[in-house]
Amino acid sequence: MAVKGTDLVKLMPKRQGCKDCGFPTCFAFAMKLATGGAEVSACVYLSEEVRAQIEELLAPPIRPITIGQGAKALAIGDEEVMYRHEKTFFHQPGIGCLISDTEDAKEQERKIKALKEMQFIWIGRTLKADVAVVQSASGDQGKFSALVKKVVEMGDGIPMVLMADTIDLLLAGLEACGKDKRPLLYAITERNIDEAINKLAGLDVPVAVKADGLEKVSVLTEKLKEAGLQDLVLDPGSRKVWEAVRDQIFIRRAALKQGFKPLGYPTITFPCQMTGDPREELAVAAALLTRYAGIICLSDLREDVLFPLTVLRLNIYTDPRVPMAVEAKVYEINQPTDTSPVLITTNFALTYFSVANEIEGTRVPAYLVIQDTEGLSVLTSWSTGKFSGETAALFIKKTGIEGKTKSRKIVIPGLLARIKGELEDEMPGWEVIVGPREASGISSFLPELAGKC
Amino acid sequence: MAFTAPVESYKGKAAEVTIGKGKRAIKLGGENVLAFNQTFDEGQFPNPPKLALEVWDMEPQNWSPWVLGPYKDVAADPVAWAKRCEGLGADLIFLSLISCDPNEKDTPPEQAAALVKRVYDAISLPLIVYTTGDEKKDPAVLAAVAKALSGENLLLGPVTKEDFEPIANAAKEHGHCVVTQAPVDINLQKELNVKVSRILPPERIVLDPLASALGYGIEYCFSVMERTKHVGIQFQDAMMQMPVIANCAGEVWKNKEPKEREELGIAWEEVTAITYLLAGADCVVMRHPEVFKLVKGMIT
Repeated sequence: MAVKGTDLVKLMPKRQGCKDCGFPTCFAFAMKLATGGAEVSACVYLSEEVRAQIEELLAPPIRPITIGQGAKALAIGDEEVMYRHEKTFFHQPGIGCLISDTEDAKEQERKIKALKEMQFIWIGRTLKADVAVVQSASGDQGKFSALVKKVVEMGDGIPMVLMADTIDLLLAGLEACGKDKRPLLYAITERNIDEAINKLAGLDVPVAVKADGLEKVSVLTEKLKEAGLQDLVLDPGSRKVWEAVRDQIFIRRAALKQGFKPLGYPTITFPCQMTGDPREELAVAAALLTRYAGIICLSDLREDVLFPLTVLRLNIYTDPRVPMAVEAKVYEINQPTDTSPVLITTNFALTYFSVANEIEGTRVPAYLVIQDTEGLSVLTSWSTGKFSGETAALFIKKTGIEGKTKSRKIVIPGLLARIKGELEDEMPGWEVIVGPREASGISSFLPELAGKC
Repeated sequence: MAFTAPVESYKGKAAEVTIGKGKRAIKLGGENVLAFNQTFDEGQFPNPPKLALEVWDMEPQNWSPWVLGPYKDVAADPVAWAKRCEGLGADLIFLSLISCDPNEKDTPPEQAAALVKRVYDAISLPLIVYTTGDEKKDPAVLAAVAKALSGENLLLGPVTKEDFEPIANAAKEHGHCVVTQAPVDINLQKELNVKVSRILPPERIVLDPLASALGYGIEYCFSVMERTKHVGIQFQDAMMQMPVIANCAGEVWKNKEPKEREELGIAWEEVTAITYLLAGADCVVMRHPEVFKLVKGMIT
């Protein structure tokens, strides 16, 4: 529910023609305000009260929250749509690992190390977990503080969630961590809210709110907001998978479609508390990731859980408005030698994946030249002039592939049979071969070609 | 400001497709809510998603050992393999006629149809029969299957814009349903559905918008599937209300990561399946028994 300029005009001081804001009229200013093209402070004639009212109207429906500080800080919230095809999802959820002060030191250190070091390279990106969820399970202040300190020392700046049952424990943890590290304090509940307001107001750290159900959560967030605590993260308490998914959907709908401010915050979820089975934990985490979770807390970091989950996160948070592309270069598949053939296609990620996979499946060593077509598929890149005999020849020469293989056979996509002549003209000495129209044809095509080489 | 649950209701309703007949009949679709929103009282979801297990008509040569393993002793015998899957609790059997492909064994249509009949007679589940997408060979194979199992209401596919006519006509003549398949494109999917629905009613059509694996284009297929459901259920487009099948297991297991080790393969298939269930798939085709068990447990 984006605010309209016409609603803002009604709040303007109507000093016709003053132009002090830099716009010709209040109407023009209001219109710019609504679309984010102007700052409310540009009008100096607004009362404090009206300015606050306008700021509230202009605030994003889901408040952006930053946890941690520095290069690894985690930014969540500030989402604009229910479904990624409506625009895109902007802020990837944090994936966290629970570390408890009742675990033995070795186990704690193993988890901290995994948070730091477990990573996967995927299409040139590094995929990792990004939050340490440090839990006081013992209730002992000394143990909790010691664990927090350990995570700070060993964690290499990883953002933290401090999790404890009492406000005093949380404050002890905060002191051990350092307020400047901006950990998320988990959690304010119905039981401790008054104490929390007394002790946490003015500290300027994000806090999580936990209650049993959305109604109770929203009562708490309203109260906290009045007390000046606004950097909030929500936990509606549901610990069964489809109820948890429902709550995520309701929170986002309430924020985006109802404009219901008390639920206009990102969320934290706990697959680690919903099952004891790692495979099921992954399934729950995947469902919550697809449906809006802001932080996903896992019981441990296992490669076979973290890898697929971080790939899913990358996929779901890919901007559907931008075609997904892979790096333009020569990919060496099945250890090609100086006699292996060359294939060329576009850098649309799906094209690359299917072609590379099929080549790999044939076990035939080959060079796959991936040309930059700005992520467009074969036919689209041809029709927009990004993939022609001329551009292909230029790129092939640039890659230096001629020095890598003595083979002078180059395979082009079957859909582009029409550029064969053009490419032959541009690349004397090369035999241009029209490949299959679909990647699936490579499995029989390539072994046959290799047989002739 | 008091909280009121942001419940939504939609005017559209998915077509309800019955596959199989008599005791082995099973229903797909029929809901007027989005996937899994049945848990919050927005409408009806009379037929929760169904899980099919995949069986090949020939022994797979390139399957990862992790997913072939549980079927190794029956992999050369489609009848025994299908019975194994029935024993595992599959809702349907998804029989892939790989051997019919001219690039494989080029099995003649009548021989394939006879095998389908043997499998069908050996199990008490409804049957999905898929060919490999050879536009010249598929119609002959599926027509022979339609004839050999006349009146048994199989789900036959895929039919594409190139070959829908003979296959849909055979399905009509012999009382079967078909799967329309378009390449991850909502407009092409609708165009094909319009054409096929001149031959068969929506209650005899299932959609296959293609379902790539996690990491290999899942985001495109996820969004196309999600949009397909929205267009049908929220915006009441009758040509997009047919139930959706996610044929994703084969897409998963052909990739490098699932082949690396069993646990990663299981995870990969599992995440892929869950993602399509959330997008609104009414039927998901699976391979690994452990994944099947896990996902089944989650959705029932």
